[in-house]
Amino acid sequence: MLTKRIIPCLDVKDGRVVKGIQFLELRDAGDPVELATIYDEQGADELVFLDISATHEGRKTMIEVVREVAATLAIPFTVGGGIGSLEDMRAILRAGADKVSLNSAAVRQPELITEGARYFGSQCMVVAIDAKYDHDLGSWRVYTHGGRKSTELEVLKWARQVEELGAGELLLTSMDKDGEKTGFDLALLQAVQQVVSIPVIASGGAGDASHFVDAFQDAEADAALAASIFHYKETSVANVKDILRQNGVHVR
Amino acid sequence: MIGIIDYGMGNLFSVSKALERLGVPYTLSHSPQELEKCQGLILPGVGAFPDAMKALNKTGMKQYILNKVEEGIPLLGICLGMQLLFDESEENGTTEGLQLLPGRVVRFAGKDAAGHAYKIPHMGWNELQHLQPEAKLLSKMDGGYVYFVHSYYVDTPDKHVVLASAQYETEVPAVVGKGNVYGAQFHPEKSSTTGMKILENFCNVVRDQEGVER
Repeated sequence: MLTKRIIPCLDVKDGRVVKGIQFLELRDAGDPVELATIYDEQGADELVFLDISATHEGRKTMIEVVREVAATLAIPFTVGGGIGSLEDMRAILRAGADKVSLNSAAVRQPELITEGARYFGSQCMVVAIDAKYDHDLGSWRVYTHGGRKSTELEVLKWARQVEELGAGELLLTSMDKDGEKTGFDLALLQAVQQVVSIPVIASGGAGDASHFVDAFQDAEADAALAASIFHYKETSVANVKDILRQNGVHVR
Repeated sequence: MIGIIDYGMGNLFSVSKALERLGVPYTLSHSPQELEKCQGLILPGVGAFPDAMKALNKTGMKQYILNKVEEGIPLLGICLGMQLLFDESEENGTTEGLQLLPGRVVRFAGKDAAGHAYKIPHMGWNELQHLQPEAKLLSKMDGGYVYFVHSYYVDTPDKHVVLASAQYETEVPAVVGKGNVYGAQFHPEKSSTTGMKILENFCNVVRDQEGVER
């Protein structure tokens, strides 16, 4: 039986992990490989690296990070952030990443999803959707550029569309819940699960281990991603998995 | 020395790094001449079956692999590389495989016998059920979880070739083997300690084979 996946997410800028990470045992708090190794040891099933470098140099450094992570870790990982062309995807996948995640670029150029799927396979094409509830729309709206820009797209329609275009997985972030620590957006997750048949990664809102139980049991998420709850050591991947096991959720 | 066959399909980097971590020397090459000195071969693979067979045929790698297997060289196919070991695949029309193992590669139905829906691809960590625990590839292991990503699986009439399986919509052959031909449907190089153990076991098979009269 397939297990539910727990995925820590690391923000990387110019080759260093940013967003105050508190691992006391760390010699160097900003080293992506060192952090990734700790999460691997805790039992993380996958990792996501979000490249938030603003400069060309920073992006080039990211390739080095990817290469080093792939050389060190024997678990799958995804790289997202600023990927806008087939060339970007090829560079990251060749450096050893297992999947790439498209967000703004997928909205701007939906055919990138199809081209990526054709060249590299659907299994490595993750589409990230940042969703925010819109009362006028009566549904969720797609945002891009790290949540700064709203689009005309409706989340459920967009989710269906990216699956048809060849996406292998959805990384669904609730902007309403992000940072709130009150749990994942179960209504959003349930709605998206109704309309797609590719795996959905829940993101945004994790505040404690019980929230993961809800995402898996009530919203049938296939995986759940979190950042600060792990970085600030409010809980660990191992602890989340213990709680999931106690609640009858199948984990590795 | 292990030879990793580069025929343009697959994440060769991860496989090579995994061997490096095990301290096993390897050669990564698309040239039969360069692979000649290897005592074991790994056939990786990500992508579509017909493209892969086309590449193996075009590069002359198909005949090379068949000759080496005939000589007794141990071969490990990974993911698509495992599927290529079988008779044929139905991916994008029927394509003949290497025909080293009996069976057909078919697409997941997306539901089980009772009609419950299953997502395609079968993606993520699933538990190995050891059907033939005495198999060399499963030596000193006890189940464990490994990382799968695939939309097609092997349907074989010969249950003896299935060394371990994983339960999805159906029982999925996960580790296969017959004689010196082995395969893993999952990615051992991405499957943490369990996957590394399987790679190590394959390397041990190769090591034990060295010095054996061929």
